[in-house]
Amino acid sequence: MTEYLTNINPVAAILIHAAIPLTIILVYALVAIWGERKIAGFIQDRLGPMRVGGWHGWAQSIADLLKLIQKEDIIPTDASRFLFKFAPFMMFAASYAAFAVIPFSSAYIGSMVNIGVFYLLAVTSVLTLSVIMAGWASNNKWSLLGGMRSAAQMVSYEVPTIATVLTVILVAGSLNLMTVTEMQAGNDTLGFLPNWLIFQNPFLISAFIIFFISILAESHRVPFDLPESESELVAGYQTEYSGMRWAMFMLAEYADMLLLSLLGAVLFFGGWNSPFGDFMGGPLWGYFWFMLKGLLLVFVMMWIRWTLPRYRVDQLMHICWSILIPLSFINLVLTALWEVIF
Amino acid sequence: MRNAVKQSWITFKSIFTGMGVTIRHFFGPTVTLQYPDERMELPKGARARLFVNIDDCIGCNLCARACPVNCIDIETVAATQDVDLGKTSTGNPKRFWLTRFNIDMAKCMYCDLCVHPCPTNCIYMVPEYEYSEYDRSNLVYHFSNLEPDMVAEVKEKAELEAEQKKRDREEMMRKKAEEKAKKEMEEKKKAEEKSEATSDDKPANDKQGEE
Ligand code: SF4
Ligand code: SF4
Repeated sequence: MTEYLTNINPVAAILIHAAIPLTIILVYALVAIWGERKIAGFIQDRLGPMRVGGWHGWAQSIADLLKLIQKEDIIPTDASRFLFKFAPFMMFAASYAAFAVIPFSSAYIGSMVNIGVFYLLAVTSVLTLSVIMAGWASNNKWSLLGGMRSAAQMVSYEVPTIATVLTVILVAGSLNLMTVTEMQAGNDTLGFLPNWLIFQNPFLISAFIIFFISILAESHRVPFDLPESESELVAGYQTEYSGMRWAMFMLAEYADMLLLSLLGAVLFFGGWNSPFGDFMGGPLWGYFWFMLKGLLLVFVMMWIRWTLPRYRVDQLMHICWSILIPLSFINLVLTALWEVIF
Repeated sequence: MRNAVKQSWITFKSIFTGMGVTIRHFFGPTVTLQYPDERMELPKGARARLFVNIDDCIGCNLCARACPVNCIDIETVAATQDVDLGKTSTGNPKRFWLTRFNIDMAKCMYCDLCVHPCPTNCIYMVPEYEYSEYDRSNLVYHFSNLEPDMVAEVKEKAELEAEQKKRDREEMMRKKAEEKAKKEMEEKKKAEEKSEATSDDKPANDKQGEE
């Protein structure tokens, strides 16, 4: 598909390639925000939104979006205007750009670069920058504290994330996510399990646990939601934002969540490969399986959010620097040994 | 090292226990009541809006006197002799026109104290709790079913009758007083006659007695 389009009209090809992930993100964000509220409701024995749109309030996020569009765009007098206005867009751009190297199905990947994972990790670190930008530009102590916390947290948790991603890359032998997915095809681990990387090697299971904990922190989810902690920092770096700029942050956050979950699905759960071998294969089914795996991880993130309380800042740093980072590097070395021996 | 392993075990165990609890609730039943569409059945004896069955009220004012916040306002006019207000369903005779029976539900604190003293059980609470108003004065409930001109007529009649009664009584009093005065006069006369007679007989004795 990619080559065919490029041959006809390169500009149209670029536009279409840019539009596909954007559509996915926007639709996903609407569904996920509604879903999060429903999940929160059901976990607390409530019903969640029920009114807008008829069946189980499915149009609630659309109504919220319409409301946010109408809101006044307030910029504090003492804020640094340019940075303040620019931060939300930069944040969204960072998480959106990373979708370029995610193989959504066997027929579609935004950009077939050889250094896919590397590019993804590099681009998402811009998120940290935009959070600090927002916190600093707001000229508000809550925002600044939120921004600082976020910077510390994201920089720290990037280390175990990268170490675990490296573990997978070590086994897979490629930085291109498409190649990583393709080599997980088939269904003959131990005779019946799919050839997913998580089943290949016992150390990849522990790598997945570390990876999952780190992406919770990377995407600011509970129990590591310190940058936003509503109860102590009044939403942290988002305090001064309103209307569409705030909605951008929200969108970027949900996009980030999806991005990291999809990365987890590619690295550990075989991306767009069907769990039943060739059965239900093909590009469209591939897309279905891929999104299903990603959304299941997103669901687990939401489930954790409504279960666990928040960590303290020092506990957060302790978990990262004295537990996750050593463990992830030990894990990396052990995986390498396993690969050499077997 | 062993401690660390133990600690991690405890941490993961508690996390998974918590997640088990939440997922059970996720699939469990919800308790939400979709309020305007669904309503909870009010329990028996729920305190809610007051209602007065005005046909049974005998205007005894007991409820108004029992109310701690004085939110019941009753005005009664005695029925004239030419009308019969009938009886309540409990058999008590009615003797008053209820020209005003207002309950200010904005002041009411739902203490239920007005319900119990009523001799005819005609003031009670009904299971109706959705009666918010934009204007506080709309919360004053008027239970009297008399038309304003009827009220005026009744009042006039009652006044007339009262005046009549007053006049009658005055008349009676005057008559009584006259009779009394007459009697006294007669007695005086008699006494005088007597005394004259006795003084004629033996006045000396009288004087001696006085001394
Ligand atoms: S319920 Fe209590 S406050 Fe209300 S009218 Fe009766 S006695 Fe008064
Ligand atoms: S106590 Fe009952 S009968 Fe007496 S005035 Fe009140 S409502 Fe009427």
